[in-house]
Amino acid sequence: MSNPKTFTCINCPLGCTVSVEPGSGGPAVSGNECARGEKYALQEHTDPRRVLTGTVQVKGAFIPRLPVKTSAPIPKGLLMAAARELDRIVVQAPVACGTVLVRDIAGSGADLVAARDL
Amino acid sequence: MPEKPVIIVGAGPAGLSAAAAAADAGAPVLLLERDRETGGILNQCVHDGFGNLLYGHSLTGPEFALRLAREVTRRPAVRVLTGTSVLGLEKDRTVIAVNSDGMHRIEAAAVVLAMGCRERSRFQASLPGFRPAGVFTAGTAQRLINMEGLMPGERAVVLGSGDVGLIMARRLTLEGARVEGVFEIRPRPSGLSRNVVQCLEDFGIPLFLSHTIAFIHGKKRVEGVTVAAVDEGWQPDPASERFIPCDTVILSAGLIPENELSRRAGVTLDPATAGPLVDQEMQTALPGIFACGNVVHVHDLVDFVCRAAAAAGRGAARFASGQKTEGRVTVRKGSGVRYVVPQRLALPVEDKVDLYLRVADEVHHARVIASPGTGRGEPVEKKARVLRPPEAVHLELTPRFCANLHDGDELVVSVEGAGLK
Repeated sequence: MSNPKTFTCINCPLGCTVSVEPGSGGPAVSGNECARGEKYALQEHTDPRRVLTGTVQVKGAFIPRLPVKTSAPIPKGLLMAAARELDRIVVQAPVACGTVLVRDIAGSGADLVAARDL
Repeated sequence: MPEKPVIIVGAGPAGLSAAAAAADAGAPVLLLERDRETGGILNQCVHDGFGNLLYGHSLTGPEFALRLAREVTRRPAVRVLTGTSVLGLEKDRTVIAVNSDGMHRIEAAAVVLAMGCRERSRFQASLPGFRPAGVFTAGTAQRLINMEGLMPGERAVVLGSGDVGLIMARRLTLEGARVEGVFEIRPRPSGLSRNVVQCLEDFGIPLFLSHTIAFIHGKKRVEGVTVAAVDEGWQPDPASERFIPCDTVILSAGLIPENELSRRAGVTLDPATAGPLVDQEMQTALPGIFACGNVVHVHDLVDFVCRAAAAAGRGAARFASGQKTEGRVTVRKGSGVRYVVPQRLALPVEDKVDLYLRVADEVHHARVIASPGTGRGEPVEKKARVLRPPEAVHLELTPRFCANLHDGDELVVSVEGAGLK
Protein backbone atom coordinates (compact mmCIF):
# COMPACT_ATOMS: atom_id res chain seq x y z
CA MET A 1 0.00 0.00 0.00
CA SER A 2 2.02 3.02 1.19
CA ASN A 3 5.73 2.95 0.53
CA PRO A 4 7.80 4.75 3.14
CA LYS A 5 11.15 6.05 1.90
CA THR A 6 14.03 6.24 4.37
CA PHE A 7 16.92 8.70 4.45
CA THR A 8 20.01 8.92 6.63
CA CYS A 9 20.03 12.48 7.89
CA ILE A 10 23.41 14.16 7.50
CA ASN A 11 22.95 17.10 9.86
CA CYS A 12 24.68 15.65 12.93
CA PRO A 13 26.61 12.53 14.00
CA LEU A 14 23.38 10.78 15.14
CA GLY A 15 22.60 10.00 11.50
CA CYS A 16 18.93 9.25 12.22
CA THR A 17 17.13 7.04 9.76
CA VAL A 18 14.16 9.20 8.88
CA SER A 19 11.10 7.77 7.13
CA VAL A 20 8.76 9.73 4.91
CA GLU A 21 5.41 8.14 4.21
CA PRO A 22 2.96 9.69 1.75
CA GLY A 23 -0.39 10.29 3.44
CA SER A 24 -3.74 11.86 2.71
CA GLY A 25 -2.96 14.83 4.93
CA GLY A 26 0.55 15.27 3.48
CA PRO A 27 3.76 13.29 4.01
CA ALA A 28 4.28 11.78 7.47
CA VAL A 29 7.85 12.00 8.78
CA SER A 30 9.16 9.74 11.55
CA GLY A 31 12.45 8.58 13.04
CA ASN A 32 13.99 12.04 13.35
CA GLU A 33 15.29 13.24 16.70
CA CYS A 34 14.97 16.93 15.77
CA ALA A 35 13.31 19.39 13.39
CA ARG A 36 16.37 19.56 11.10
CA GLY A 37 15.90 15.88 10.33
CA GLU A 38 12.30 16.44 9.28
CA LYS A 39 13.28 19.33 6.99
CA TYR A 40 16.12 17.32 5.45
CA ALA A 41 13.96 14.25 4.87
CA LEU A 42 11.17 16.25 3.26
CA GLN A 43 13.63 17.98 0.91
CA GLU A 44 15.24 14.65 0.05
CA HIS A 45 11.82 13.12 -0.50
CA THR A 46 10.45 15.82 -2.79
CA ASP A 47 13.49 17.35 -4.49
CA PRO A 48 16.91 16.02 -3.50
CA ARG A 49 19.68 18.40 -4.56
CA ARG A 50 23.47 18.44 -4.44
CA VAL A 51 26.25 20.85 -5.38
CA LEU A 52 28.30 19.39 -8.23
CA THR A 53 32.06 19.91 -7.98
CA GLY A 54 34.75 18.83 -10.43
CA THR A 55 37.31 20.19 -12.86
CA VAL A 56 37.42 21.45 -16.45
CA GLN A 57 40.25 21.78 -18.92
CA VAL A 58 42.17 25.07 -18.75
CA LYS A 59 44.82 26.34 -21.20
CA GLY A 60 47.64 28.78 -20.49
CA ALA A 61 47.92 28.08 -16.74
CA PHE A 62 50.58 26.24 -14.76
CA ILE A 63 48.22 23.28 -14.24
CA PRO A 64 45.88 21.71 -16.86
CA ARG A 65 42.68 21.55 -14.71
CA LEU A 66 40.50 24.27 -13.23
CA PRO A 67 38.34 23.33 -10.21
CA VAL A 68 34.68 24.26 -10.73
CA LYS A 69 31.38 24.04 -8.89
CA THR A 70 27.69 24.74 -9.46
CA SER A 71 26.52 28.06 -7.98
CA ALA A 72 23.70 26.26 -6.12
CA PRO A 73 22.64 22.65 -5.38
CA ILE A 74 21.15 21.00 -8.49
CA PRO A 75 18.65 18.13 -8.75
CA LYS A 76 20.40 14.84 -7.94
CA GLY A 77 19.10 13.32 -11.18
CA LEU A 78 21.06 15.89 -13.24
CA LEU A 79 24.48 15.26 -11.60
CA MET A 80 25.84 12.79 -14.18
CA ALA A 81 24.52 14.81 -17.15
CA ALA A 82 26.13 17.95 -15.74
CA ALA A 83 29.39 16.03 -15.18
CA ARG A 84 29.41 15.06 -18.87
CA GLU A 85 28.94 18.72 -19.86
CA LEU A 86 32.12 19.51 -17.91
CA ASP A 87 34.03 17.27 -20.32
CA ARG A 88 33.30 19.65 -23.21
CA ILE A 89 34.44 22.88 -21.50
CA VAL A 90 37.84 24.47 -22.22
CA VAL A 91 38.73 27.66 -20.34
CA GLN A 92 41.51 30.10 -21.28
CA ALA A 93 43.64 31.48 -18.42
CA PRO A 94 43.75 33.93 -16.75
CA VAL A 95 40.49 33.19 -14.94
CA ALA A 96 39.33 34.53 -11.57
CA CYS A 97 37.69 32.49 -8.82
CA GLY A 98 33.92 32.98 -9.05
CA THR A 99 33.80 33.64 -12.81
CA VAL A 100 30.65 32.20 -14.39
CA LEU A 101 31.75 29.67 -17.02
CA VAL A 102 28.40 28.23 -18.10
CA ARG A 103 24.89 29.45 -17.35
CA ASP A 104 22.08 26.99 -16.53
CA ILE A 105 24.29 23.89 -16.65
CA ALA A 106 22.40 20.75 -17.78
CA GLY A 107 19.17 22.78 -17.53
CA SER A 108 19.51 22.86 -13.74
CA GLY A 109 19.01 26.60 -13.33
CA ALA A 110 22.39 26.84 -11.63
CA ASP A 111 25.59 28.25 -13.15
CA LEU A 112 29.00 26.62 -13.33
CA VAL A 113 31.65 28.83 -11.69
CA ALA A 114 35.44 28.74 -11.38
CA ALA A 115 36.60 27.72 -7.90
CA ARG A 116 40.11 29.16 -8.01
CA ASP A 117 42.26 31.83 -9.66
CA LEU A 118 44.45 30.52 -12.49
CA MET B 1 70.20 43.36 13.86
CA PRO B 2 66.91 42.16 12.26
CA GLU B 3 64.53 40.40 14.61
CA LYS B 4 64.50 36.59 14.33
CA PRO B 5 61.27 35.45 12.70
CA VAL B 6 58.69 32.91 13.73
CA ILE B 7 59.32 30.19 11.14
CA ILE B 8 56.35 28.12 10.01
CA VAL B 9 56.96 24.83 8.19
CA GLY B 10 54.18 24.16 5.68
CA ALA B 11 51.69 26.59 4.12
CA GLY B 12 48.57 24.46 4.05
CA PRO B 13 45.52 25.61 6.04
CA ALA B 14 47.36 25.14 9.34
CA GLY B 15 50.48 27.06 8.36
CA LEU B 16 48.52 29.88 6.68
CA SER B 17 46.25 30.31 9.71
CA ALA B 18 49.18 30.23 12.13
CA ALA B 19 51.04 32.81 10.02
CA ALA B 20 48.15 35.28 10.05
CA ALA B 21 47.68 34.89 13.82
CA ALA B 22 51.40 35.23 14.59
CA ALA B 23 51.61 38.37 12.46
CA ASP B 24 48.57 39.86 14.21
CA ALA B 25 50.27 39.16 17.54
CA GLY B 26 53.22 41.26 16.41
CA ALA B 27 55.80 38.73 15.19
CA PRO B 28 57.68 38.77 11.87
CA VAL B 29 56.87 35.48 10.12
CA LEU B 30 58.70 33.36 7.57
CA LEU B 31 56.37 30.79 5.99
CA LEU B 32 58.16 27.93 4.17
CA GLU B 33 56.32 25.73 1.66
CA ARG B 34 57.85 22.96 -0.48
CA ASP B 35 55.14 23.08 -3.21
CA ARG B 36 54.91 25.79 -5.90
CA GLU B 37 51.98 27.45 -4.19
CA THR B 38 50.39 27.73 -0.75
CA GLY B 39 47.17 25.90 0.13
CA GLY B 40 48.52 22.44 0.83
CA ILE B 41 46.15 19.54 0.38
CA LEU B 42 43.21 21.94 -0.16
CA ASN B 43 44.38 22.62 -3.72
CA GLN B 44 43.45 19.09 -4.76
CA CYS B 45 40.23 18.88 -2.71
CA VAL B 46 37.79 20.15 -5.35
CA HIS B 47 34.77 18.94 -3.33
CA ASP B 48 32.96 21.31 -0.96
CA GLY B 49 32.12 21.18 2.74
CA PHE B 50 34.98 23.41 3.91
CA GLY B 51 34.30 26.48 6.03
CA ASN B 52 30.75 25.75 7.23
CA LEU B 53 31.75 26.56 10.81
CA LEU B 54 34.30 29.27 10.09
CA TYR B 55 32.45 31.24 7.40
CA GLY B 56 28.89 29.95 7.63
CA HIS B 57 28.84 28.53 4.12
CA SER B 58 30.32 25.61 2.28
CA LEU B 59 33.41 26.26 0.14
CA THR B 60 35.48 23.98 -2.07
CA GLY B 61 39.07 23.28 -0.99
CA PRO B 62 40.66 25.67 -3.53
CA GLU B 63 38.24 28.48 -2.55
CA PHE B 64 39.09 27.99 1.12
CA ALA B 65 42.80 27.99 0.28
CA LEU B 66 42.40 31.25 -1.66
CA ARG B 67 40.65 32.87 1.28
CA LEU B 68 43.48 31.88 3.66
CA ALA B 69 46.17 32.90 1.15
CA ARG B 70 44.62 36.39 0.94
CA GLU B 71 44.73 36.64 4.76
CA VAL B 72 48.48 36.13 4.49
CA THR B 73 49.24 38.34 1.48
CA ARG B 74 47.52 41.30 3.13
CA ARG B 75 49.79 40.98 6.20
CA PRO B 76 53.20 42.45 5.22
CA ALA B 77 54.83 40.93 8.31
CA VAL B 78 54.54 37.47 6.67
CA ARG B 79 57.18 36.49 4.11
CA VAL B 80 56.32 33.39 2.05
CA LEU B 81 58.92 31.19 0.34
CA THR B 82 57.48 28.50 -1.92
CA GLY B 83 59.55 25.80 -3.58
CA THR B 84 61.42 25.56 -0.28
CA SER B 85 61.89 22.26 1.55
CA VAL B 86 62.81 22.11 5.23
CA LEU B 87 65.38 19.37 5.70
CA GLY B 88 66.09 19.73 9.39
CA LEU B 89 65.24 21.42 12.63
CA GLU B 90 67.52 21.75 15.62
CA LYS B 91 66.59 22.07 19.29
CA ASP B 92 67.84 25.67 19.36
CA ARG B 93 65.25 26.39 16.65
CA THR B 94 67.67 26.61 13.73
CA VAL B 95 65.86 25.61 10.54
CA ILE B 96 67.77 24.08 7.62
CA ALA B 97 66.01 24.59 4.30
CA VAL B 98 66.81 24.22 0.61
CA ASN B 99 65.43 25.87 -2.52
CA SER B 100 66.71 26.98 -5.92
CA ASP B 101 68.82 29.67 -4.18
CA GLY B 102 70.68 26.98 -2.27
CA MET B 103 70.91 25.78 1.33
CA HIS B 104 69.80 28.08 4.16
CA ARG B 105 70.35 27.94 7.92
CA ILE B 106 67.87 30.29 9.58
CA GLU B 107 67.60 30.94 13.31
CA ALA B 108 64.03 31.23 14.50
CA ALA B 109 62.58 32.99 17.52
CA ALA B 110 59.95 30.21 17.50
CA VAL B 111 58.99 27.44 15.09
CA VAL B 112 55.54 26.18 14.11
CA LEU B 113 55.41 22.71 12.55
CA ALA B 114 52.51 22.35 10.08
CA MET B 115 53.55 19.53 7.74
CA GLY B 116 50.27 17.68 7.63
CA CYS B 117 50.00 13.96 6.89
CA ARG B 118 51.12 11.24 4.55
CA GLU B 119 48.87 8.40 3.46
CA ARG B 120 49.34 4.81 4.58
CA SER B 121 50.81 3.00 1.56
CA ARG B 122 50.03 -0.47 0.22
CA PHE B 123 53.15 -1.88 1.84
CA GLN B 124 52.30 -0.41 5.21
CA ALA B 125 48.79 -1.84 4.85
CA SER B 126 50.27 -5.27 3.97
CA LEU B 127 48.24 -6.12 0.89
CA PRO B 128 49.27 -9.46 -0.59
CA GLY B 129 49.74 -9.89 -4.32
CA PHE B 130 52.17 -9.00 -7.06
CA ARG B 131 53.21 -5.42 -7.72
CA PRO B 132 51.21 -4.41 -10.79
CA ALA B 133 50.64 -0.86 -11.91
CA GLY B 134 47.22 0.47 -10.92
CA VAL B 135 47.45 0.59 -7.12
CA PHE B 136 47.07 4.19 -5.90
CA THR B 137 46.51 5.81 -2.55
CA ALA B 138 43.30 7.87 -2.62
CA GLY B 139 45.21 11.15 -2.30
CA THR B 140 47.48 10.27 -5.21
CA ALA B 141 44.45 9.46 -7.36
CA GLN B 142 42.93 12.79 -6.24
CA ARG B 143 45.98 14.76 -7.31
CA LEU B 144 46.21 12.92 -10.62
CA ILE B 145 42.57 13.54 -11.51
CA ASN B 146 42.09 17.02 -10.08
CA MET B 147 45.43 18.66 -10.84
CA GLU B 148 47.07 16.64 -13.60
CA GLY B 149 43.93 15.70 -15.54
CA LEU B 150 44.80 12.00 -15.61
CA MET B 151 42.46 9.08 -14.91
CA PRO B 152 44.06 6.34 -12.77
CA GLY B 153 41.90 3.67 -14.46
CA GLU B 154 38.42 2.70 -15.61
CA ARG B 155 37.19 0.09 -13.15
CA ALA B 156 38.14 0.55 -9.49
CA VAL B 157 37.83 -1.02 -6.09
CA VAL B 158 38.32 1.17 -3.00
CA LEU B 159 39.87 -0.26 0.15
CA GLY B 160 38.98 1.74 3.26
CA SER B 161 35.94 3.86 4.03
CA GLY B 162 37.78 6.88 5.39
CA ASP B 163 36.70 10.26 4.02
CA VAL B 164 39.36 10.40 1.30
CA GLY B 165 38.28 6.99 -0.03
CA LEU B 166 34.60 7.95 0.00
CA ILE B 167 35.29 11.25 -1.76
CA MET B 168 37.37 9.47 -4.42
CA ALA B 169 34.71 6.79 -4.99
CA ARG B 170 32.36 9.63 -5.99
CA ARG B 171 35.06 11.53 -7.93
CA LEU B 172 35.94 8.48 -10.04
CA THR B 173 32.26 7.83 -10.75
CA LEU B 174 31.67 11.44 -11.82
CA GLU B 175 34.59 11.13 -14.23
CA GLY B 176 33.10 8.03 -15.85
CA ALA B 177 34.94 5.22 -14.07
CA ARG B 178 33.06 2.29 -12.59
CA VAL B 179 33.58 1.81 -8.86
CA GLU B 180 32.75 -1.79 -7.95
CA GLY B 181 32.59 -1.14 -4.23
CA VAL B 182 34.18 0.25 -1.09
CA PHE B 183 35.59 -2.40 1.24
CA GLU B 184 36.04 -1.56 4.93
CA ILE B 185 37.77 -3.92 7.34
CA ARG B 186 35.94 -2.51 10.37
CA PRO B 187 32.26 -3.23 11.05
CA ARG B 188 31.41 0.49 10.74
CA PRO B 189 32.40 3.18 8.22
CA SER B 190 35.54 5.16 9.08
CA GLY B 191 34.42 8.41 7.46
CA LEU B 192 31.73 10.95 8.27
CA SER B 193 28.11 9.76 7.80
CA ARG B 194 27.41 12.66 5.46
CA ASN B 195 30.10 11.31 3.13
CA VAL B 196 28.66 7.79 3.17
CA VAL B 197 25.36 9.33 2.04
CA GLN B 198 26.66 11.87 -0.46
CA CYS B 199 29.44 9.77 -1.99
CA LEU B 200 28.17 6.20 -1.90
CA GLU B 201 24.39 6.12 -1.48
CA ASP B 202 23.87 8.96 -3.97
CA PHE B 203 25.71 6.99 -6.65
CA GLY B 204 24.65 3.45 -5.80
CA ILE B 205 28.22 2.45 -4.85
CA PRO B 206 28.00 -0.55 -2.49
CA LEU B 207 29.77 -0.47 0.87
CA PHE B 208 31.01 -3.82 2.20
CA LEU B 209 31.75 -3.63 5.94
CA SER B 210 33.97 -6.21 7.67
CA HIS B 211 35.64 -6.93 4.34
CA THR B 212 39.14 -6.61 2.98
CA ILE B 213 41.20 -7.26 -0.13
CA ALA B 214 42.86 -10.66 0.30
CA PHE B 215 44.90 -10.55 -2.90
CA ILE B 216 45.70 -8.19 -5.79
CA HIS B 217 45.91 -10.02 -9.14
CA GLY B 218 47.89 -9.00 -12.22
CA LYS B 219 51.60 -8.82 -12.90
CA LYS B 220 52.00 -5.71 -15.07
CA ARG B 221 48.60 -4.11 -14.43
CA VAL B 222 45.92 -4.84 -11.89
CA GLU B 223 43.52 -7.43 -13.32
CA GLY B 224 41.27 -7.88 -10.33
CA VAL B 225 41.11 -8.38 -6.60
CA THR B 226 40.00 -11.20 -4.34
CA VAL B 227 37.87 -9.75 -1.57
CA ALA B 228 36.88 -11.58 1.58
CA ALA B 229 34.79 -11.09 4.68
CA VAL B 230 36.82 -10.79 7.90
CA ASP B 231 36.18 -11.95 11.45
CA GLU B 232 36.48 -9.85 14.62
CA GLY B 233 40.24 -10.32 14.50
CA TRP B 234 40.29 -8.90 10.95
CA GLN B 235 41.28 -12.31 9.55
CA PRO B 236 39.91 -13.09 6.06
CA ASP B 237 37.52 -16.03 5.84
CA PRO B 238 38.60 -18.10 2.80
CA ALA B 239 35.08 -19.47 2.36
CA SER B 240 33.82 -15.94 1.63
CA GLU B 241 36.39 -15.12 -1.05
CA ARG B 242 35.12 -13.57 -4.27
CA PHE B 243 37.00 -12.34 -7.35
CA ILE B 244 36.19 -8.86 -8.68
CA PRO B 245 37.64 -7.85 -12.06
CA CYS B 246 39.08 -4.32 -12.03
CA ASP B 247 42.12 -2.38 -13.25
CA THR B 248 42.58 -0.02 -10.31
CA VAL B 249 42.86 -0.35 -6.54
CA ILE B 250 42.36 2.84 -4.50
CA LEU B 251 43.81 2.68 -1.03
CA SER B 252 42.30 4.73 1.77
CA ALA B 253 43.97 3.04 4.69
CA GLY B 254 44.55 6.03 6.92
CA LEU B 255 46.56 9.20 7.30
CA ILE B 256 49.82 9.34 9.22
CA PRO B 257 51.02 12.67 10.61
CA GLU B 258 54.31 13.48 8.91
CA ASN B 259 56.67 13.94 11.86
CA GLU B 260 60.04 13.06 10.35
CA LEU B 261 61.33 16.58 11.14
CA SER B 262 59.78 16.55 14.60
CA ARG B 263 61.27 13.18 15.48
CA ARG B 264 64.76 14.12 14.33
CA ALA B 265 64.61 17.37 16.31
CA GLY B 266 63.78 15.41 19.45
CA VAL B 267 60.14 16.49 19.77
CA THR B 268 58.20 14.05 21.99
CA LEU B 269 55.44 12.27 20.08
CA ASP B 270 52.23 10.78 21.52
CA PRO B 271 51.87 7.18 20.25
CA ALA B 272 48.09 7.50 20.41
CA THR B 273 48.03 10.33 17.85
CA ALA B 274 51.39 9.75 16.08
CA GLY B 275 51.82 13.50 16.49
CA PRO B 276 53.71 15.75 18.93
CA LEU B 277 52.57 16.08 22.50
CA VAL B 278 51.21 19.65 22.78
CA ASP B 279 49.67 22.04 25.29
CA GLN B 280 46.69 24.32 24.71
CA GLU B 281 48.91 26.79 22.85
CA MET B 282 50.14 23.91 20.67
CA GLN B 283 53.64 24.15 22.17
CA THR B 284 55.49 20.82 22.06
CA ALA B 285 57.78 19.46 24.78
CA LEU B 286 60.64 21.44 23.20
CA PRO B 287 60.40 25.11 24.24
CA GLY B 288 59.58 27.45 21.38
CA ILE B 289 58.61 24.63 18.99
CA PHE B 290 54.89 24.54 18.27
CA ALA B 291 52.80 22.26 16.04
CA CYS B 292 49.35 22.53 14.51
CA GLY B 293 47.02 20.99 11.97
CA ASN B 294 47.06 17.37 10.86
CA VAL B 295 50.70 16.93 11.90
CA VAL B 296 49.36 16.89 15.50
CA HIS B 297 46.32 14.67 14.92
CA VAL B 298 43.97 14.00 12.03
CA HIS B 299 41.19 16.60 12.19
CA ASP B 300 37.66 15.98 10.93
CA LEU B 301 37.15 19.50 9.58
CA VAL B 302 39.57 22.12 8.33
CA ASP B 303 37.63 24.65 10.41
CA PHE B 304 39.02 22.99 13.58
CA VAL B 305 42.53 23.08 12.07
CA CYS B 306 42.31 26.86 11.55
CA ARG B 307 41.15 27.47 15.09
CA ALA B 308 43.97 25.44 16.65
CA ALA B 309 46.54 26.87 14.22
CA ALA B 310 45.59 30.41 15.26
CA ALA B 311 46.31 29.39 18.88
CA ALA B 312 49.69 28.05 17.74
CA GLY B 313 50.49 31.28 15.89
CA ARG B 314 49.61 33.39 18.94
CA GLY B 315 51.61 31.08 21.20
CA ALA B 316 54.65 31.24 18.93
CA ALA B 317 54.48 35.05 18.81
CA ARG B 318 54.17 35.15 22.59
CA PHE B 319 57.20 32.88 23.00
CA ALA B 320 59.17 34.96 20.49
CA SER B 321 58.45 38.09 22.54
CA GLY B 322 60.10 36.45 25.56
CA GLN B 323 57.05 35.42 27.57
CA LYS B 324 57.32 31.91 28.96
CA THR B 325 54.64 29.86 30.69
CA GLU B 326 55.24 28.28 34.09
CA GLY B 327 53.55 25.22 35.44
CA ARG B 328 52.03 22.27 33.71
CA VAL B 329 49.04 19.94 34.04
CA THR B 330 49.04 16.52 32.38
CA VAL B 331 45.86 15.66 30.46
CA ARG B 332 45.52 11.90 30.79
CA LYS B 333 43.20 9.78 28.69
CA GLY B 334 40.96 7.60 30.82
CA SER B 335 38.60 4.77 29.89
CA GLY B 336 36.86 4.87 26.54
CA VAL B 337 39.19 7.49 25.03
CA ARG B 338 41.47 6.67 22.12
CA TYR B 339 43.28 9.99 22.31
CA VAL B 340 42.89 13.52 23.63
CA VAL B 341 44.56 16.72 22.41
CA PRO B 342 46.12 18.76 23.98
CA GLN B 343 47.96 16.28 26.17
CA ARG B 344 49.00 18.96 28.66
CA LEU B 345 47.97 22.40 29.84
CA ALA B 346 50.40 25.26 30.41
CA LEU B 347 49.59 27.41 33.43
CA PRO B 348 48.18 29.94 33.88
CA VAL B 349 45.31 29.19 31.54
CA GLU B 350 44.12 32.57 30.31
CA ASP B 351 41.78 31.66 27.44
CA LYS B 352 39.22 28.91 27.08
CA VAL B 353 40.79 25.59 26.14
CA ASP B 354 39.49 23.49 23.22
CA LEU B 355 39.96 19.82 24.07
CA TYR B 356 39.44 17.32 21.23
CA LEU B 357 39.07 13.63 21.89
CA ARG B 358 38.21 10.50 19.96
CA VAL B 359 36.30 7.67 21.58
CA ALA B 360 37.82 4.22 21.30
CA ASP B 361 34.52 2.62 20.22
CA GLU B 362 30.98 3.75 19.47
CA VAL B 363 29.19 4.76 22.69
CA HIS B 364 25.47 5.41 23.24
CA HIS B 365 24.04 7.68 25.95
CA ALA B 366 27.57 8.94 26.44
CA ARG B 367 29.00 11.09 29.21
CA VAL B 368 32.36 12.73 28.55
CA ILE B 369 34.03 13.70 31.82
CA ALA B 370 37.12 15.86 32.43
CA SER B 371 37.99 15.38 36.05
CA PRO B 372 40.81 16.90 38.13
CA GLY B 373 42.95 14.00 39.36
CA THR B 374 43.18 15.51 42.82
CA GLY B 375 39.40 15.53 43.17
CA ARG B 376 39.60 19.30 43.76
CA GLY B 377 36.78 21.09 41.98
CA GLU B 378 33.81 19.88 39.98
CA PRO B 379 34.47 17.89 36.77
CA VAL B 380 33.39 19.21 33.38
CA GLU B 381 30.86 16.98 31.64
CA LYS B 382 29.27 16.72 28.23
CA LYS B 383 26.44 14.41 27.25
CA ALA B 384 25.67 12.99 23.82
CA ARG B 385 23.15 10.46 22.46
CA VAL B 386 25.87 8.76 20.45
CA LEU B 387 29.61 9.22 19.96
CA ARG B 388 31.56 7.53 17.17
CA PRO B 389 35.33 7.32 16.53
CA PRO B 390 35.17 9.10 13.13
CA GLU B 391 33.59 12.19 14.72
CA ALA B 392 35.91 13.80 17.29
CA VAL B 393 34.33 15.29 20.41
CA HIS B 394 34.97 18.89 21.39
CA LEU B 395 35.05 19.76 25.08
CA GLU B 396 35.57 23.31 26.27
CA LEU B 397 37.44 24.14 29.50
CA THR B 398 36.97 27.60 30.94
CA PRO B 399 39.83 29.53 32.59
CA ARG B 400 37.72 29.39 35.77
CA PHE B 401 37.69 25.58 35.69
CA CYS B 402 41.42 25.53 34.97
CA ALA B 403 42.10 27.82 37.96
CA ASN B 404 41.51 24.72 40.12
CA LEU B 405 44.42 22.96 38.46
CA HIS B 406 47.95 23.45 39.76
CA ASP B 407 51.45 22.60 38.55
CA GLY B 408 51.94 18.82 38.56
CA ASP B 409 48.22 17.99 38.66
CA GLU B 410 46.49 15.59 36.28
CA LEU B 411 43.26 16.09 34.36
CA VAL B 412 41.64 12.77 33.46
CA VAL B 413 39.37 12.67 30.42
CA SER B 414 37.12 9.63 30.14
CA VAL B 415 33.91 8.48 28.47
CA GLU B 416 31.11 6.47 30.04
CA GLY B 417 28.04 4.98 28.41
CA ALA B 418 26.59 1.94 26.69
CA GLY B 419 28.84 0.24 24.17
CA LEU B 420 27.70 -1.73 21.12
CA LYS B 421 26.16 -5.11 21.85
